[in-house]
Amino acid sequence: MEKFGRAQSQKFDTYASRLLPREEFFTSGHRSCQGCGEALAVRWVCKAIGKDAIIAHATGCMEIVSSGLPQTAWMHPWIHVAFENTSAVASGIEAALKVLERKGKLSGAMPKVVAMGGDGGTSDIGLQALSGALERGTNFTYFCWDNEAYMNTGIQRSSATPYGAMTTTSPPGKRSIGQRNWKKDMVAIAVAHGIPYVATASPSYLFDLYFKVRKALETPGPAYINVLSVCPTGWRSATDISVRLGRLAVETGVFPLYEVVDGKYRLTVEVPKMRPVKDYLKPQGRFRHLRDPEINFIQQHIQANYDLLLQKCQSPFPEFAPVHIPEVGPR
Amino acid sequence: MGPRVGMEVSIAVSRAVQLARAEAIAAYPITPQTHIVEHLSSLVANGDLEAEFVNVESEHSAMSASVGSAATGARTYTATSSQGLALMHEILFIASGMRLPIVMTVANRALSAPLSIWNDHGDIMPERDIGWIQIFVENGQEAFDHSVMAFKIAEDHRVLLPTIINLDGFILTHVVEPLEMLEQETVDRFLPPLTPYLKLDPKKPVTMGAFALPELYTETKMAHQMALTNSYGHILEVWREWGELTGRHYQPVERYRTEGARVLLLLMGSLAEVAEVAVDEMREAGQAVGLLKPRLWRPFPFADLRAAMAGADLVIVCDRAMSLGGAAGPVLAEVRSAFYPLAQRPQVLGYIVGLGGRDVQPQVFKDIVSHALKEIEQGPGEEFYLVGVRG
Repeated sequence: MEKFGRAQSQKFDTYASRLLPREEFFTSGHRSCQGCGEALAVRWVCKAIGKDAIIAHATGCMEIVSSGLPQTAWMHPWIHVAFENTSAVASGIEAALKVLERKGKLSGAMPKVVAMGGDGGTSDIGLQALSGALERGTNFTYFCWDNEAYMNTGIQRSSATPYGAMTTTSPPGKRSIGQRNWKKDMVAIAVAHGIPYVATASPSYLFDLYFKVRKALETPGPAYINVLSVCPTGWRSATDISVRLGRLAVETGVFPLYEVVDGKYRLTVEVPKMRPVKDYLKPQGRFRHLRDPEINFIQQHIQANYDLLLQKCQSPFPEFAPVHIPEVGPR
Repeated sequence: MGPRVGMEVSIAVSRAVQLARAEAIAAYPITPQTHIVEHLSSLVANGDLEAEFVNVESEHSAMSASVGSAATGARTYTATSSQGLALMHEILFIASGMRLPIVMTVANRALSAPLSIWNDHGDIMPERDIGWIQIFVENGQEAFDHSVMAFKIAEDHRVLLPTIINLDGFILTHVVEPLEMLEQETVDRFLPPLTPYLKLDPKKPVTMGAFALPELYTETKMAHQMALTNSYGHILEVWREWGELTGRHYQPVERYRTEGARVLLLLMGSLAEVAEVAVDEMREAGQAVGLLKPRLWRPFPFADLRAAMAGADLVIVCDRAMSLGGAAGPVLAEVRSAFYPLAQRPQVLGYIVGLGGRDVQPQVFKDIVSHALKEIEQGPGEEFYLVGVRG
């Protein structure tokens, strides 16, 4: 886990994949689109989570493809309530587990509490509930399935949509380049809450994803993981290149893989030689309208952001003073 | 029986929640509900109530966290008012649709705009159709009693519906009243620990909150409707048991001096006690006036109401909320639809009183009765009357 460069990761992929659990917790038969990177992420995240967990899920793609009455794709105890409140639901689950454990009403291990939502349910409508749960120190892990727009409702822009991307509500035109602003930095927002574990991950880097999930779950207190979820339907990309696109996002510096442990940034997948951002944009129809000067502009921004990230990783100082509040005993 | 005390009604409600051994409480501050949750949070902080108090960042999250804790199998309580209830709106339907036995106190308060922290029923009436059991109380003792009973009703496996106890903001929440408490052992005998019908548990995983296609949605609504109407008998069962335990008996429609009454006032909440004074005075003056006080707002007690109005020529409904652009007040609309199918039905007139904390004295009810009597002599007048409104 510690130094997980690309070469090592691939070696591990080849030889050690049999070590991963075979048990499925997100079963086949759900209705996600062909080539859905998000469903792949959910499947592997659920494997990494293991049996003893309760999942709260926001309204969105993964909820709608997996839970049509009377069927379910979820082998975990799973609850969907609404779009914007998943973190609050998780808070309620955590509170119930805590008091039931104290009262001796829980038999067996304390289940892990997990919340999941899309980028809209996380960075837009669910931001307040997420912030509340992070601030209160809720012992849970939040997964944002970041496919960079409201795909479930038909590809509308969210605050996680990258600059220049075409969506149905950020269409390019004579007076529009498409999405007009940079993607909201949810990782920095999570880190600003002073929580012990924050990470980015991608199902294209399965082992990196797997170990981050384990680490997040085992960290007491809130953890946040932003998972890039390639969406062929919304990104207008071929359905057989989703894993490749996820790799390109990392190799071009668009979506670096890193973690922030107690406020300390660390790259988990190093990119020795960055590919031009054009390699990532080209296979995607949502960026088809971009011209070279606009792509260069994006390239500059990506490079600047990546340099800033490297600076944070090299800094000896964490983003906040990592002093954990102890559990209060009788006083 | 239990000890008699003088106590602020909000404290009495939180004592009831403590005696009921609530396990998960998620709340957000809003006047005039605050004293209830403040007291509960200090009970938890001192270890006098074994519970988790979640200080959520909004009422929307208070109800969402309550859904989460109830689904995980903890006895769940919350309280709110007005804007807070309105903010919960979306999740209220989900809590009842998922059949989660959450108990909530609503300290009734007017809705903005203009902002008003004072009492009326404008907050709960827009939530009429949320599919919860909804009960109104008129004094502190009732607030205490029904706060305990609500858990037993909601958690009954034949019911499994969230339950709201409505008590008037300030007029009840902030008033010190003489009350009879119950001992913990008595409440423990009355209210056994929660046995969840289903819960989120890795040992027996379930999917909660799945979506329904058009082939199933209608059936889920029918099942919900049946659960709510069928809860009526189980509610009465719990009230009867309470009556035997405490000597305090409750009815879906309470009657006050209705014997031989030709005119019946009808209203819900704490104003009923004011109306009782007016009824006494009118009776003394020889007027055959009585008072009906529906306690059960959902499920609406149609049969009780029809039985209670027998013999009356005129029913005067006093609403404490408006149905803007519609049929006067929501209670009026319900009462009229209860009586309409009857061959022999009384005239029903609608009056709206006490909006946004406007004080209502006994004389107001006497004026309403004489105005209504004149109205029916003269034939149909206005759709409804907004009492005391200044031009």
